[in-house]
Amino acid sequence: MTITLTAPAISTRAVRKSFGEHIVLDGVDLTVAEGTIFALLGPNGAGKTTMVRILSTLIPADGGDIWVGGHDVVTDPDAVRALIGVTGQFSAVDNLLTGEENLRLMADLRHLGRQAGDRRVAELLERFDLTGAARKPLSTYSGGMRRRLDLAMTLVGNPSVIFLDEPTTGLDPRSRRTMWQIIRELATDGVTIFLTTQYLNEADQLADYVAVLDHGLIVAEGTPAELKRRIPGGHIQLQFADPDALRAAVSMIPNATPDEDQLILQVPGDGSVASLRRVLDELDDARITVEHLSIHMPDLDDVFFAVTGHATTEAAARQEEEALQL
Amino acid sequence: MTSLAYTFADSATMLRRNLKHQLRYPSLTLMLAGFPIVFLLLFVYVFGGQLGSGLGGHGAGGRDAYLTYVVPGILIITVASAALGTAISVASDMTGGIIDRFRTMAISRGAVLTGHVIGSLLQTLAVLVLVAGVSLAIGFRSNASPLEWLAAAGMLALFAFALIWLSAALGLAAKSVETASNTPMFLTLLPFLSSGFVATATMPAGLRQFAQYEPFTPVTQTVRGLLTGGPIGAQAIAAIAWSAGIALASYLWAVRLYNRRRAAEPN
Repeated sequence: MTITLTAPAISTRAVRKSFGEHIVLDGVDLTVAEGTIFALLGPNGAGKTTMVRILSTLIPADGGDIWVGGHDVVTDPDAVRALIGVTGQFSAVDNLLTGEENLRLMADLRHLGRQAGDRRVAELLERFDLTGAARKPLSTYSGGMRRRLDLAMTLVGNPSVIFLDEPTTGLDPRSRRTMWQIIRELATDGVTIFLTTQYLNEADQLADYVAVLDHGLIVAEGTPAELKRRIPGGHIQLQFADPDALRAAVSMIPNATPDEDQLILQVPGDGSVASLRRVLDELDDARITVEHLSIHMPDLDDVFFAVTGHATTEAAARQEEEALQL
Repeated sequence: MTSLAYTFADSATMLRRNLKHQLRYPSLTLMLAGFPIVFLLLFVYVFGGQLGSGLGGHGAGGRDAYLTYVVPGILIITVASAALGTAISVASDMTGGIIDRFRTMAISRGAVLTGHVIGSLLQTLAVLVLVAGVSLAIGFRSNASPLEWLAAAGMLALFAFALIWLSAALGLAAKSVETASNTPMFLTLLPFLSSGFVATATMPAGLRQFAQYEPFTPVTQTVRGLLTGGPIGAQAIAAIAWSAGIALASYLWAVRLYNRRRAAEPN
């Protein structure tokens, strides 16, 4: 029996980066297995973009070891560049050219040659639903089309590792689903994907493995299922008509947290239909009437609160704002 | 392909990109040509009658003599004003997102800048042809042989190459496109403080010394000598030395700025 040891597609150890006095990354260790989707989750200002810029050779780290595709980012950046594709948060397209010319430019810079280049350009225009707009200037493109072109340009050279910095931020729900579908297809083809996101939902939908970045440190990591198990935020909220019904329900359901004043009972759960039905069936059997029901799913704020003990910067700012308004 | 072949291929790709920009948005090129043409008409038809009478040893004097005198100066100011375009196009490239994409690709070092510089050089030559055409149309006549025309074109191209690298470096040093369109403006002032429009001998001391030793004067005198006769001598050597020196220093500065920008803070 032979054992094949595959080197990780990306691995970093103790990556540090500061801009002046401001510490952005404070010793980040990451390992991304080949052919998987890895999500770096964190709020604005957590250091996600800086991490992507360092991994994609755009800026040097102040310290630490960084390997991408088996190459050292510092000593062999061109070998790394030949393997990777990057789609940043801000569109990296040539606004003065057409969509087709942008792709052609990438094909030329990847030295694909005329015939192979033409084939690849036509193929990507087709795949990203841009054939109709191929010869139109980018000023006529919608936000979703620009994002698709941006990603198509990244794919021209058939990269084996792709970095996507907040690929769906600012997209409408339909474009977001299209983007998710494209990302899943890429992973199916064996491409390693490193994406950053502010949305737990997105990480949950796409990623095989998630790392949570906060103030330049990885504060939690694991599969989406593992992470969600650590979050106490998911629960069903039951509203009762009178205190007797609430008390009766408390005695039946373990781990539930009652709120006597508002006649509300919080039941921890994963939000699945099965668990919901079980709770309602039990209450129904005991002839306890539920006035109102709502499901609360864990979101990024819950993850943050669970793993860092403090809210995300945005949530904190929001709460502060609300407090001021009161 | 060898790495040298890649360097050529990538630079050619970037050159094609810049030429496409110029062809698709010709307004910048037309603006760069418009400026020296307006100066040509202004100096010949408004000031030319009087300025021409002050010329010694240039034929009969008057407007025709001044036209003959000023065309080399106008060609030099064409080169200087066309170089302004480089700073603008380099700066708008650097402030856009595409440059980050280029930097994450295995593209030959310098291909981006080479594309800009060669693109601007071809643009400048096209503008020079236009300005020379207008000069001939309003009566400029040269006694130069085809070889002398070629030598004059070569001198202008070499000087343009130097100023374009300088402008590229200024474009890289600028934090915004607006700054980039302002900092190289001094280049369009220097031709006035040279022998381009009036003989340096007529200037007061101090200014005269500056005019005699600044780079625009030897370049103007060389082009003037080639196109309309007259002595060139050591001026050609000074012109070539200045051009080569400015080109080399600006090239080194530009490459340094380009490489250093990658360490910049995001956004």
